[in-house]
Amino acid sequence: MRRQEQREKRYVPVQVRFDTEGNMRPMIIEFDEAHAYTIDKVTDKCRAACQRVGGVGIRYTCMIQGQETYLWFEENRWFVEAKQ
Amino acid sequence: MERHILHVDCNAFYASVEQQRRPELRDKPIAVCGSQEERHGIVLTASYPAKRRGVKTGMAIWQARQYCPELIVVPSDMRAYMRISRLARDIYERYTDLVEPFGLDEVWLDVTGSTELFGSAMKIAEDISEAVKFELGITVSIGVSDNKITAKLGSDYKKPDAITRIEKDNYTDIVYPLPVEDLLYVGSATSRKLRSIGISTIGDLAECPVEILTRKLGKMGAILHMFANGRDISPVQRTDHVPNIKSVGNSATTPRDLICDDDVHLMLFLLAESVASRMRELVSRCTVVEVYIRDTELNSFCRQRKLQTPTCSSSEIANIAFDLFRKNYHWDKPVRSIGVRGSGLVTADAGVQLSLYADAIKRDKWERIDTAVDELRERYGYMSVRRALTLADPLLGAINPKDDHTVHPVGYFGG
Repeated sequence: MRRQEQREKRYVPVQVRFDTEGNMRPMIIEFDEAHAYTIDKVTDKCRAACQRVGGVGIRYTCMIQGQETYLWFEENRWFVEAKQ
Repeated sequence: MERHILHVDCNAFYASVEQQRRPELRDKPIAVCGSQEERHGIVLTASYPAKRRGVKTGMAIWQARQYCPELIVVPSDMRAYMRISRLARDIYERYTDLVEPFGLDEVWLDVTGSTELFGSAMKIAEDISEAVKFELGITVSIGVSDNKITAKLGSDYKKPDAITRIEKDNYTDIVYPLPVEDLLYVGSATSRKLRSIGISTIGDLAECPVEILTRKLGKMGAILHMFANGRDISPVQRTDHVPNIKSVGNSATTPRDLICDDDVHLMLFLLAESVASRMRELVSRCTVVEVYIRDTELNSFCRQRKLQTPTCSSSEIANIAFDLFRKNYHWDKPVRSIGVRGSGLVTADAGVQLSLYADAIKRDKWERIDTAVDELRERYGYMSVRRALTLADPLLGAINPKDDHTVHPVGYFGG
């Protein structure tokens, strides 16, 4: 069995598009100076607890270059479960 | 018509919220405490590993450490707990609008009208339990019954993360053997009285003739008898999220123990000033004054008196509180904490029934003096104007109860 990787809660800047209804669509995760990830598609959005690194908020399931990843919106901040 | 009532209890709520957001604390003995300082700090909530070691809510931190030396003390963050409590309420409101909170971590739901839409009460309980776990990362215990009292017994019956249904078919099996103290409203005083006449379980209480109970406990006897028999007709009361303020209180654990009437007199004046000042901010007056005392052995009591005329005068409140104290405390032990509360609040601009005898002009003068003091303090700081009395003891007199100390919400005195 694959050992679960250690993850940490990392707050990240995110570029967001608001539509006319006021819905938010995260567009680009600016992970660090060298890495900005364009979100190709948001496949799910729900309220969820993040058990791995701790936190409670709205969870966006994002497709980035064919990979599925979670992006969380918690009290007006965005975070990801970053590899340590 | 048979009702379907759920009682939902968030297990070890404050501790669970901390463990959710800080994974490194999970499965560890932790205690969420009010203040880190050994003397003031008491355990608000202990995690299950800490509970198993004997740590209980209300213990001083040093006491808790005697049971569990490796206890991790976490300062409380009420804002975070209120947020999660609010989100939990959002979940409950998907199933019913009849939601009655009981503190931040407990709630009653009446789902009688929701079963057609969402399935049986048990199904709703399961859905809520799952949703809270998934969305908030904490667990709940749920009691399912046809009334509030029994539903609460159900949520207490099995913890954590459990659902217990108690209805007519299994009521006596589950409830009768429980200790009588498990019943809501049976506190230590009532428990002593009941045990003195041989009632130690809820079953004993249920089967005791009601006349004996009313003789012993007054009308509360009849109410408890109904509760013990699973007959509670009280409705689930939809409560506003922000409750109307019904009382204003302030209490302090003093920097040193109080040992004589003079010490208490001084503290009561300080606390009464802050209580009266907050009442004026709320444009209200109180009709009941309560005093709360806890001694060095942590025994506590409170006494209250109804007033002839509503007041927000600090002197009047302090003098009544002091009189209540003198009549009820006999100095067996020094006093550790002390509190004053004005309850039965009425709006200050409403008409007041004047007494024929009481000196209304004098009261009005005192209230105007208090208002002037408020304004001076607002502009020049709390210490700019003080009662001479507070100079009698520099340590106690320097306390500013209004800004420094914890303001307790309604229900602090168990009201």
